[in-house]
Amino acid sequence: METLVYKRPESLLKDGHFTFCPGCGHGVVLRMIAELIDEFNIQKDTIAISSVGCSIFLEKFFNLDVAGASHGRSPCVATGVKRCKPDKFVFTYQGDGDAATIGFNETIHTASRGEHITTIMINNTNFGMTGGQASATTLVGQVTTTTPMGRKPELTGYPLHAAEIVSKCDGTAYCARVAITTPAQIRKAKAALKKAFEVQLNGLGYGFVEVLAACPTNWHMTPVDSLNHIENVIEKVHPLGVFKDITGEQ
Amino acid sequence: MGRIVIDKEECKGCYICVNACPKGLLKKSETRNEHGDYPVEFVGDEGSCIGCAMCAQSCPDVAIKEVYR
Repeated sequence: METLVYKRPESLLKDGHFTFCPGCGHGVVLRMIAELIDEFNIQKDTIAISSVGCSIFLEKFFNLDVAGASHGRSPCVATGVKRCKPDKFVFTYQGDGDAATIGFNETIHTASRGEHITTIMINNTNFGMTGGQASATTLVGQVTTTTPMGRKPELTGYPLHAAEIVSKCDGTAYCARVAITTPAQIRKAKAALKKAFEVQLNGLGYGFVEVLAACPTNWHMTPVDSLNHIENVIEKVHPLGVFKDITGEQ
Repeated sequence: MGRIVIDKEECKGCYICVNACPKGLLKKSETRNEHGDYPVEFVGDEGSCIGCAMCAQSCPDVAIKEVYR
């Protein structure tokens, strides 16, 4: 007797297939979000806020209500949505170019106000959609189209550690950095996302999860090599972990 | 034992699942799909899949859409 142990989540559109490059990390995170929304059974009470970048096309993939925001301003739109409809579950889905570079001011003030929303930030250390320009989280020495000789700290500064900074805000209830390099890490990432969803559902405060994801096209690597690159190089600069959890269960 | 269902048209050929499978039962196909990619295919014997769903969890395109155990 066969039992179904895994299936495509209901919160993803049946005919919506992902338009990302092969090996892109976005698909895994979107699937985990859809699975969690299915698990919490909040499909009809969820409003997703999309951002600008590769993270923009949420309405093409999710069977949910989606609102768009201008570049970096997703947490502000989410704040308005949540304050108008406090009984809804509101999350923003952003990249590092959106949440940590152009809209970091919005991210940090939303965390400081302790808005009851959840932000999922995909960190692939560059602006993926526009051709791989350097973002704030780009590693020292990383070659991008705007740092062709590698990022030099004396010229463009050091990488920004978004999760650590957000964790210092008083309004943050849960803040973690996870990776999606192996099946074990993917399960840990899903647990972190679940926690960030729960703090909003329980009305405790702002939930923030930074996910280290691969961008094989702009890193000029194969998908498997780019996962190894995250494990061996990026995790040394952006260490994984739970930086704040006011529920005390870690 | 286990069984997986692969949607060959959704697969973009990143082969992350080939590395993720603990039994090494997935490999690159010889034939292209509609989009011109070489999708993965299941090459194990019947009963060799353990239904752990690690391939499905690591697939970025939800191309492995069902796993049975």
